[in-house]
Amino acid sequence: MKNYDTLLKDLTPKKFTKFGVIWTSFLLVIIIIGIIAYIDQIIKGQVVTNMRDYALWGIYISNFVFFVATSFVGSIIVAVLRLTKNEWRTPLVRIAEIITLASIVMAGITIMIDMARPDRLLNLFIHARIQSPITWDVIIIPTTIVISFLLLYFPLLPDFAILKDFFKKKKPKLSKLYGKLSLNWKGTKKQKAIQTKSIRIIALMIIPIGLMLQTIDAWLFSTTYRIGWDSTNMGAYFISGAFVAGVAALIVVVYVVRRTNKLEKYITNFQFDKLGKLLALACLVYLYFNMNEYLIPAYTPSIGEEIHLNTLFVGSYSYLFWMVTIGGLILPILFLLFKKGRKPLPMFVIGLVVVIGSWWKRYIIITPTLLHPFLPIQGVPESWHHYFPSLHEWLITIATLAMALLIITLLVRYLPVIPIQRTAEENDLLETNIKH
Amino acid sequence: MKEQDNNSRRNFLKKGGLALGALSATAIALASFQKEAVEETGEKVKLLSPEGDIVEIDKAYVKSAHDLNLPLDSKKIREGIPNRKFVMVIDLARCKNALKCVSACNKNHYIAGKNAWLKVYKMQESKDTAPYWMPSACQHCDQPACVTVCPVDATFKRRDGIVLIDNERCIGCRFCMAACPYSARVFNWEEPDQGEIMMNIDMNHVVPSPEHAGLPSVKGTVDKCDFCPHQIDKGELPHCVSACPNGVFYFGDKYEDTVTNGDETVRLSKILEDKAGYRLMEGLNTQPSVYYLPPKNRSDDFKDGLDKYNEFQSVEKPT
Repeated sequence: MKNYDTLLKDLTPKKFTKFGVIWTSFLLVIIIIGIIAYIDQIIKGQVVTNMRDYALWGIYISNFVFFVATSFVGSIIVAVLRLTKNEWRTPLVRIAEIITLASIVMAGITIMIDMARPDRLLNLFIHARIQSPITWDVIIIPTTIVISFLLLYFPLLPDFAILKDFFKKKKPKLSKLYGKLSLNWKGTKKQKAIQTKSIRIIALMIIPIGLMLQTIDAWLFSTTYRIGWDSTNMGAYFISGAFVAGVAALIVVVYVVRRTNKLEKYITNFQFDKLGKLLALACLVYLYFNMNEYLIPAYTPSIGEEIHLNTLFVGSYSYLFWMVTIGGLILPILFLLFKKGRKPLPMFVIGLVVVIGSWWKRYIIITPTLLHPFLPIQGVPESWHHYFPSLHEWLITIATLAMALLIITLLVRYLPVIPIQRTAEENDLLETNIKH
Repeated sequence: MKEQDNNSRRNFLKKGGLALGALSATAIALASFQKEAVEETGEKVKLLSPEGDIVEIDKAYVKSAHDLNLPLDSKKIREGIPNRKFVMVIDLARCKNALKCVSACNKNHYIAGKNAWLKVYKMQESKDTAPYWMPSACQHCDQPACVTVCPVDATFKRRDGIVLIDNERCIGCRFCMAACPYSARVFNWEEPDQGEIMMNIDMNHVVPSPEHAGLPSVKGTVDKCDFCPHQIDKGELPHCVSACPNGVFYFGDKYEDTVTNGDETVRLSKILEDKAGYRLMEGLNTQPSVYYLPPKNRSDDFKDGLDKYNEFQSVEKPT
């Protein structure tokens, strides 16, 4: 059994390594380039994108949907596994909470990038109309941001107190900051009772809120007449898709953090095995809803549906569609069925493929539908018949992804990624060491 | 014309509380009757009765429905003209893709982008069915999907049936464009280049309002066919209607049951019944205000329109 001092040494935040510094600077450069591209978009208008009157939404929206989806990981790992008393989650919850917060914050930012008049943002509140799905989004996204923040913050209180003591001599300034963040945590019975209760409420709340968030996101599309969107399957389809994207994102981040922070003792093959099974379950459920979404309409397709499905199955988007479906869904299920597939390195590769697949999956949901309106596309330049993101769109989108990674990186840098106090409690280290 | 005796005229006047359409070549009369006795002027006006008869009555009985010179304040702009319901009928049998409607619309709304508000589609439902030309713009639906999804009430439905956009409020989310099944909406992806036009008009008389959506167009906001409320205010027909050399477009008031293409004025219900009028995508339940008459007994060959057809252009750009 590890003693408390090694635990502290292992789990307290560490300075960036050389790789950490390079990685962070790399992200910063990408973000700065993206901000420059965005400013240019503001000045010139969205003419710098390749969106036009028919392909009126593009990767800004699909990227937004992707961020919303990955934010779902908090609801699953933290809340659902908590309710089902899955103890193996302990070393993973904080990383899941960090991903959730980073994703939902970035979702809020990306949706604003798609607004052609961000200067009129306040209109969403001043002139809000409750029947618009966008207004539902305006309500649910800030709510989720607050709840995900609290879900990360409340369990951190005892750890902040520990960090305050830990850095007292080495870094007085940092220690002071941790002290402030700990909200004067002493670990008294009363404090513990309040904290436990708060965490329980928040962890319960994040489940319906996560489900609502995903569903509202789906309803942005299914409240239109568009073929490929106008589907009663959309809510469940998006929830299960978010399950996949969230768990896969968690696996990738967990693997990297485990290596960089040398946490092999704490995040073991056992956790990866469990995560692998969870991802396989997620993919199976998602596959089921994919069949509902694509195969069943193919039996009684209207003309519009037939054109749409043909584009996906054999037409101009078939390449992407099958890559995403086979590579991002079916193959991962097959690999994850085997014990060897659920070892850390294979899991990292599978997770990464599934995350990339999840991103393109959203592209496949948004773009082809828009290019098949009810009336034929006529009277517009030939280039408006197609869509592929412009350089501006790529630079801005990649910058948002880099921002999400930067948020994760910084939180991993300054927070204990594995709850110290809880790990200590679970290993019976606290009684002897902290209470002198 | 039918002779009217005094008695039937009195009957007619009793029912005359309803608004009636005047029989003027291009104008739609905005008239209602006073019930109380007034001194007759001796000057007669020709009117169309609800039964479809043309009657002559003294001018003293006719009163303008509202003062056209009064600018509507912004609240009224959102409410529209009371007791009116504007509709359009498009006779596909007459359309030969002359494109005069499109150029008149583009010119009078100062269209700066590459996608016109009004387009003439080359349609063919299936391989074995006949091709035809179909002008299409905003359908001014009574259950407008665009209005439902707008988060800020920038696009709105008026009581007179017109769907308009307040492009001083629009946030540019384009949800309305995604929601519209008729692809009627266009977006200002960049600063609209209305430069020369803007210089040529007297800007002092132009107050930006949803009723003059074409002027100015605003970067990052949505535009679309506005049913020409500025023309209605002047008592004139929308630009597409008056520009069409073939009388394809009829415009009028559903409550008056009257539509006119400038040359002839007809009963809406009768023309829809006689010519089997229909609406686009009725199955979607959007309840459009635009009716179509099927392309039956066409005077001209469909192919004649092909010369003018340009799949990739709807707004002519000065070269």
